[in-house]
Amino acid sequence: MLKYIIKRIAQAIPLLILITVICFVLINMAPYDAVDAITTPDMSAAEIEARREAYGLNDPVYVQYLRWLNNILHGNFGYSLLSHTSIKYDLAIRIPNTIKLVLPSYATAYLLSIVLGLLAGSNKNKWADKIIDGLCSIGISMPTFWFSMILMYIFGFVLKILPIMGMHTVGDNSIGDFLLHFILPYVTLTVGFLPDLTRFVRGSTIGQFKEDYVTVQQAFGAKKVQILFHHVVRNVMIPLVTKLGMALPQLVTGAVITETVFSWPGIGNYFVKAVQGLDYPIVMAILVLSSTLVILGNLLSDILYCVVDPRIKSMQ
Amino acid sequence: MSNQMKESKKKNRNRRLENVIYEFKHNKQAMFAAIYLIVVILISIFVVFVPSLDPDAIDVVNKLQGPSAQHWFGTDNMGRDYFARVLYGGRISLVVGVLAMLTCIVFGVVVGTVSGYFGGIIDSILMRLVDVFQSIPWIIMVTVVGIIFKKGLFSIIFVIGLFSWMPIARLVRSEVLSSKEREYVQYAKFIGVNSFTVMLQHVLPSVFPTIITAATAAIANAIMTESSLSFLGLGIQQPMSSWGSLLQQAQQYLQMAPYMAILPGVLIILTVYSFNKLGDVLRVFVEPRVQAGEKDA
Repeated sequence: MLKYIIKRIAQAIPLLILITVICFVLINMAPYDAVDAITTPDMSAAEIEARREAYGLNDPVYVQYLRWLNNILHGNFGYSLLSHTSIKYDLAIRIPNTIKLVLPSYATAYLLSIVLGLLAGSNKNKWADKIIDGLCSIGISMPTFWFSMILMYIFGFVLKILPIMGMHTVGDNSIGDFLLHFILPYVTLTVGFLPDLTRFVRGSTIGQFKEDYVTVQQAFGAKKVQILFHHVVRNVMIPLVTKLGMALPQLVTGAVITETVFSWPGIGNYFVKAVQGLDYPIVMAILVLSSTLVILGNLLSDILYCVVDPRIKSMQ
Repeated sequence: MSNQMKESKKKNRNRRLENVIYEFKHNKQAMFAAIYLIVVILISIFVVFVPSLDPDAIDVVNKLQGPSAQHWFGTDNMGRDYFARVLYGGRISLVVGVLAMLTCIVFGVVVGTVSGYFGGIIDSILMRLVDVFQSIPWIIMVTVVGIIFKKGLFSIIFVIGLFSWMPIARLVRSEVLSSKEREYVQYAKFIGVNSFTVMLQHVLPSVFPTIITAATAAIANAIMTESSLSFLGLGIQQPMSSWGSLLQQAQQYLQMAPYMAILPGVLIILTVYSFNKLGDVLRVFVEPRVQAGEKDA
């Protein structure tokens, strides 16, 4: 197994390098001059030129790439064009906010999808399945921002029981206040994650019920509930474990739209504002961060799969 | 012998079509999806011929009015008839959906076919490219490339197409891998037909049904992506509007005019749902075993 994991890590490294090259090319294609981030408008041309030299912006492209890569590896993402603040510092404040929102939502959706998916899959074509599957089809077709607008209208404007903006009321840092702000984005995100996961569980449950071992159990007169909980559940859980790894990048990019709608001070909101203000260094920092997480997530998911299902490595 | 084969092929084909027709007749949701899409497409084409529905007629006196007999879905912040705006918005959403689908099908089919047909080093390079493209979360990638290009209808179509072809390329590649082993393809290669002709005339037709199925799902995805981008203010720009950008405006007037948020949202859901459903039904044509309830191989 260790051999497989090492092999898999070795495959991921060139991909990571390739991704950073692409990001770097995109950064250089972006229509801005990197020197703008470290100068102020009242500097003279000679001063700007001196800064350019000092920061190595006149060096050959590959030298700049290696220096940039070195900076990224040390967590140094550069400075915002607009506010001149350190991106590293901004990210350190915002990433925990996004995690506070995404993690509980994903966990809820994950657990709920197991229950609903097993229920639907084991009652294929009966009414429970029809309702769950129908709701999933609609859920997949529903834009999350539309759903959040409806929630905002009902709970924020009509019933007036929940706040619709931000993470805290100004000056109030209590847990209760946080929870009130947390409910709507949390529900939106959970509903956003749920349909896809439920369909996945439902599909693999239906698949498992067609396996020979189920037929054998039925032939021996086992009850459906017994088969479901003793045998099917375990096999359904195996592919579901891989979803956990793939969800890793969601911690950063999973809530871009929801955060924007609810003005949640997380990465998504930060990113959208940066895009609208053409703040390229921030955009590129998030690009690098999120694509790295995708590769790490896939790696993690393959390793998890290998741990829970040793057959995988023999297929390689 | 060849006659017999032809006949059995024809029968086989008819059987597949029969399956699809059966599915449409007996699956109420599929029936609904088909009718809904026909109606929406017809309305989008012919709405320009209805002079009373002008999406740009400004009437500031009657702004933000609720639904009434004169304005079925009320008026927006500039007194424009919202019903007309939604119908015209649907035109843009559908155009983006269809053209983005065509873009991503072209990329996907070219990469998938070349990759599967030639194999070897070309295959490895192209498939690594697919890996790389798939490693970047779509919302990040689309916005990054979107800010490098000039904003406009065609750049949105291009950007969406450019970042959604990867699953199609994988699908086509795996179909091509099996199709190139068929005898007629082997024979064509053997008698020296050039690769381009073999791919175009012998390999692609057998992949075609798969492409059609993928295409319906691609339209649904493109409409979703466009609406999210427009909602974030990164997609369709004023004065043009799509369902997504209508919703973006609706958010500002949510408290005063909630009806503005309902209609575009419901239409997005129904349209995306219908295209997805259509894709499910067409799968019966591509993989007849799905309908028979057998497991996918």
